Amino acid sequence: MASAATPAAGHGAVGNPKRDTRPAPPVLKAADAPKELEREPLVLNNRSLNDVTELIAGICERPMPKWWLPAFLVSAGMMGMMFTLVAYLISTGVGVWGLNQPADWAWDITNFVFWIGIGHAGTLISAILFLLRQKWRTSVNRAAEAMTLFAVACAGIFPVVHTGRVWFALYPGFLIPVPNANGIWPQFRSPLLWDVFAVSTYGTVSLLFWYVGLIPDLATLRDRATNKIRKFFYALFSLGWTGSSRHWSHYEKAYLIFAGLCTPLVLSVHSIVSFDFAVSQVPGWHTTIFPPYFVAGAVFGGFGMVLTLLVPLRWLFGLHDVVTNRHLELMCKVLLATGSIVGYAYGMEFFIAWYGGSPYELYAFRNRAFGEYWWAYWIMIGCNVISPHFFWFRWFRRTGWFVWIISIFVNIGMWFERFVIIVTSLHRDYLPSSWGYFTPSWVDMFTFIGSFGLFMTLFLLFIRFLPAIAISEVKGVMPQADPHHPLGGAKGNH
Amino acid sequence: MSDIFPKWTNKLPLMAGVVGAVLGVSVLAGITYYFTPKYTRVGYQPKQPVAFSHAIHAGQIGLDCRYCHNGVEKAWFSNIPAAATCMNCHSQVKKDSDKLQLVRDSFASGQSIPWVQIHKTPDYVYFNHSVHVNRGVSCVHCHGEIQKMDEVRHEKPLSMSFCLDCHRDPAAFVRPNELVTKLDWKNEGFDGKKAVHDWKVQPGQSCSTCHR
Repeated sequence: MASAATPAAGHGAVGNPKRDTRPAPPVLKAADAPKELEREPLVLNNRSLNDVTELIAGICERPMPKWWLPAFLVSAGMMGMMFTLVAYLISTGVGVWGLNQPADWAWDITNFVFWIGIGHAGTLISAILFLLRQKWRTSVNRAAEAMTLFAVACAGIFPVVHTGRVWFALYPGFLIPVPNANGIWPQFRSPLLWDVFAVSTYGTVSLLFWYVGLIPDLATLRDRATNKIRKFFYALFSLGWTGSSRHWSHYEKAYLIFAGLCTPLVLSVHSIVSFDFAVSQVPGWHTTIFPPYFVAGAVFGGFGMVLTLLVPLRWLFGLHDVVTNRHLELMCKVLLATGSIVGYAYGMEFFIAWYGGSPYELYAFRNRAFGEYWWAYWIMIGCNVISPHFFWFRWFRRTGWFVWIISIFVNIGMWFERFVIIVTSLHRDYLPSSWGYFTPSWVDMFTFIGSFGLFMTLFLLFIRFLPAIAISEVKGVMPQADPHHPLGGAKGNH
Repeated sequence: MSDIFPKWTNKLPLMAGVVGAVLGVSVLAGITYYFTPKYTRVGYQPKQPVAFSHAIHAGQIGLDCRYCHNGVEKAWFSNIPAAATCMNCHSQVKKDSDKLQLVRDSFASGQSIPWVQIHKTPDYVYFNHSVHVNRGVSCVHCHGEIQKMDEVRHEKPLSMSFCLDCHRDPAAFVRPNELVTKLDWKNEGFDGKKAVHDWKVQPGQSCSTCHR
């Protein structure tokens, strides 16, 4: 690499008969770009490659700051509470939850869709933005992908336990297509089964993608490790990475393939989740707009959660040079775009309910906004439709604490969106005699709160043991990585 | 990386894959063999309080099943006869046999003989005997060749797929209706398809057919 940057000396050696004697062409020099057109750098303060390694790898090498252990204990306690309540549910029955006919889906499926939706931001950042060569993704993709995996873990719990007798999932023929003594087979025409495959594929591919991206950084941590146990585990998981050109060549190909595989998943997983509703004939669910509307909502909610995690993370660990205001700004723009799509979808649902001419459909939507659950609907509108529009203004996009507050609203709004879709559509059954009102039980509430404990426990362990930002990828987009750049190549200070 | 892992560890992933595959296949095969009614139910042959032989009564003498189980055509349940039915003959045949003491006691007191039930559908399954024996489904399909058993044993698995095999293709299993209790009947040219059509046999296959 170094030779590429050195001028081609010796080209015009003395005595060369073919020496070109023509005068050199005049040096063409374009005017410098105006200051306002220059892109903000992705890593601020002209950090060197070594600074980046020290900054990020240092987090999981030094003892954790004082807040970490209390935060971990609280999260682990909440997680324990959730698993206790899940055990209570399984040993007692789904009657410990508040749901019953006619609202036989309620918080369980709301929580499932909420968590699985959050995952989508991680995949979008890691896969689609990679294919689109959006270099800013490198600072946020690792944490966002980790968030995806942990959100999928939280999501997986609810549909499994809401069946009550969970062990049936393991019986051949119920969920696993294996010949069995019951002579039955999973119903492959049901979107609920597609969902099982969509989510498990998504979880698997996301895990592999995340892990492949981690390998070079794990090797960095292995080489820096000072104690034997750390060295053993980082060595185990870095799969003998030496950083040779051949390794990098394979790595880049694998990464590109995974990005290609993940890209359709960003769209397909939440489309299939939406089929759980749209394929049924319940007024309020049976609409063709659901797949794109759900995907946009998932990306919206996912970016909300990324910001909820990253803004405190950069503050607590002083990562302002790597996760810059420009990164926040770009993510806020995604929030604004997807939030607007979601708002449009809300409006379009009402329009079609009226334009479609089905009185039941119209009733379902009127009931949504002005029925017994009006409060949930308007919380959703406030959080999802109104709050992202602050981000039309630059100041709001670049102010960490404000972005964080809006991100919390987005999280709340997206949970309520799923609650509104599920419960308001179900609680008015076809016959008024079957109408009901869903109220959550204390088990519902604490199980949901506990799922945040699982999420945070996993995330805290992640920042404790793994580099929260992709070291090698950030280095790749720095000017120092460009051999033609004045700071690039092997010029020392690396 | 030889300073961290010895060279033989290169083979670990392959070994783990082979062990995992073998383990997975054996668990699946084990469950399929040991945890299905073909293994858990077939062969169940409890000792009955009275040494009643179906082989003598239904086989040698040739009593019709319905002589004793006389409710089978009218009810969901195929009844166990009261001692009175036995006493129709045994008030004269072997009337002093020690083996029949329990039957005579039951006849005198009206208390049931504590027979041990062998064929039992689970509580969550609705099964109606009458609808089956009135549409050409023989006793032998579910209970085996009773006329050859001294003591009754559980002959067929009676698993869900056992039921479904017939519900999905009744034409292969029906026989002339008057021959449902002729346990050694052999099909020689009976047109099951026509019978299924003429009798309007429409066995349900939805969950709620049996799990009501």
